[in-house]
Amino acid sequence: MNIIQILFWFLSVVAIFSALMVITSKNPVYSVLWLIVTFFSISGHYILLNAQFLAIVNVIVYAGAIMVLFLFVIMLMNLNKETEPQKNRWLKMAGAVAGGCLMLVFVAALKDAGLKDQEAMVNEGDIGLIKNLGKELFTTYVVPFEISSILFLSAMVGAVVIGKKE
Amino acid sequence: MILLSISLWFILEKAILIACIIGLSFFIAMYTTYAERKVAGWLQDRHGPNRAGPFGILQPLADGGKLFFKEEIIPLASNKVLFLLGPGLAMITSLVTSTVIPWGAPIVTDKGSIPLQVADVDMGILIVFSVVSVGVYGIMIGGWASNNKFSLIAAIRGASQMVSYELPMGLALIAVLFMTGSLKMSVIVDNQIHGGWGGFLSWHVWSQPLGFIIFFVCALAECNRTPFDLPEAENELNFGYHQEYSSMKLGFYLFAEYINMFVSSAVIATLFLGGYDIPFVNEASWKLEPWLMSLISFSMLMAKISFLLFVFIWIRWTIPRFRYDQLMNLGWKKLIPLALLNMIITAAVMLWLKK
Repeated sequence: MNIIQILFWFLSVVAIFSALMVITSKNPVYSVLWLIVTFFSISGHYILLNAQFLAIVNVIVYAGAIMVLFLFVIMLMNLNKETEPQKNRWLKMAGAVAGGCLMLVFVAALKDAGLKDQEAMVNEGDIGLIKNLGKELFTTYVVPFEISSILFLSAMVGAVVIGKKE
Repeated sequence: MILLSISLWFILEKAILIACIIGLSFFIAMYTTYAERKVAGWLQDRHGPNRAGPFGILQPLADGGKLFFKEEIIPLASNKVLFLLGPGLAMITSLVTSTVIPWGAPIVTDKGSIPLQVADVDMGILIVFSVVSVGVYGIMIGGWASNNKFSLIAAIRGASQMVSYELPMGLALIAVLFMTGSLKMSVIVDNQIHGGWGGFLSWHVWSQPLGFIIFFVCALAECNRTPFDLPEAENELNFGYHQEYSSMKLGFYLFAEYINMFVSSAVIATLFLGGYDIPFVNEASWKLEPWLMSLISFSMLMAKISFLLFVFIWIRWTIPRFRYDQLMNLGWKKLIPLALLNMIITAAVMLWLKK
């Protein structure tokens, strides 16, 4: 076992454990904090794949900005264990079945996707470095990139319009 | 000596460097509290602390000792785990940023060179940003776990302020990155030492004056310093997000603020003031011993940091606090458009110069 394998197993265990804690915690604030731990372990996986830019952006955008807003709303509304509504038992079971079906679909789809013989490039491959990523984004994929930026702009304008309404 | 394919010497070298940097951060933070009170005394025409030791030089030790021996109180209605986690997170995030800063010229020996930088990674400056963006949690978790309305309001104020001011900070940085073409801190410093305009003039503060001012203002806001210290506004919020904290936990929060100041001064010095560059001289022609050269360049960086810390303190005792809506207006309606403008002008000039 070399150090990359040790790190991989450690990060995977942390990711799965914290993801489970997100959905099993009774207190919404704990759920958000465990979700932040999940994002950090996923960033660790990105670094193992040498996708450094993706790893850092994942921390900045998801752990640093989006989760702050989540925590913000939960703290402002003062959601806690007591205010959490008790859900119907049948609803819970239906949710479990639906989630299981989704997993089944994923497994079935990925089983024959030909990913098995493509091994991940661990600690090598430089497509994840910022220089290559930027060049690729602004040459090959410039049109989809610009279209998605317009989508974000319209979403921003929409949010301002909704916020302005008295 | 190889364990798990990592050389033990490498680990030892980095461990010593990390220990030195953490010790240095604590030392500087301690004496920044002293400097803060001395400068405040000077600006207000009084003596400042002068009882402990000559000129009150032992005052920070006395303050630290006082905090250590105070009674530890954890409120009954608080959330114990998160209450303990808050100050720890604040401290960790303030210390981690210092890993990517180059503290001096590398020591070149026969067997290779030893960089005075813990990690010279490709993502250098972005790591600073990611840690800064995570730094909000120390305040938010601490404020919420105290189970006190004032603390909660302060925590939410602090978080929204930090999230808002990260944006102009990042935009101001992009203009600098246009000029260096790299996110590596060592390349950014190198670019200023061997830049096109020659010596001292190739510091980014001359080519990016607007970016420098925007970055500095945002650094003030990120450190929760006056005029942006709304999370600690005593007259509205009693004592802010650390109101329920006592003893060394309070000490951690206060201390983390000073370490943040130190590290953000170091980042500003590295990005805009040439890092460890010595102005007006060509140090390569001196032919000094490498360790002496490194020591001199390190002291130069320290001098720049001390100057910036002095400006931080100076501003605190000069300018009154903003109102909350003024703070948000400044951030979103003035700094962000200015930073965008700065970015566009920089890009246009660079394209024009290339032709």
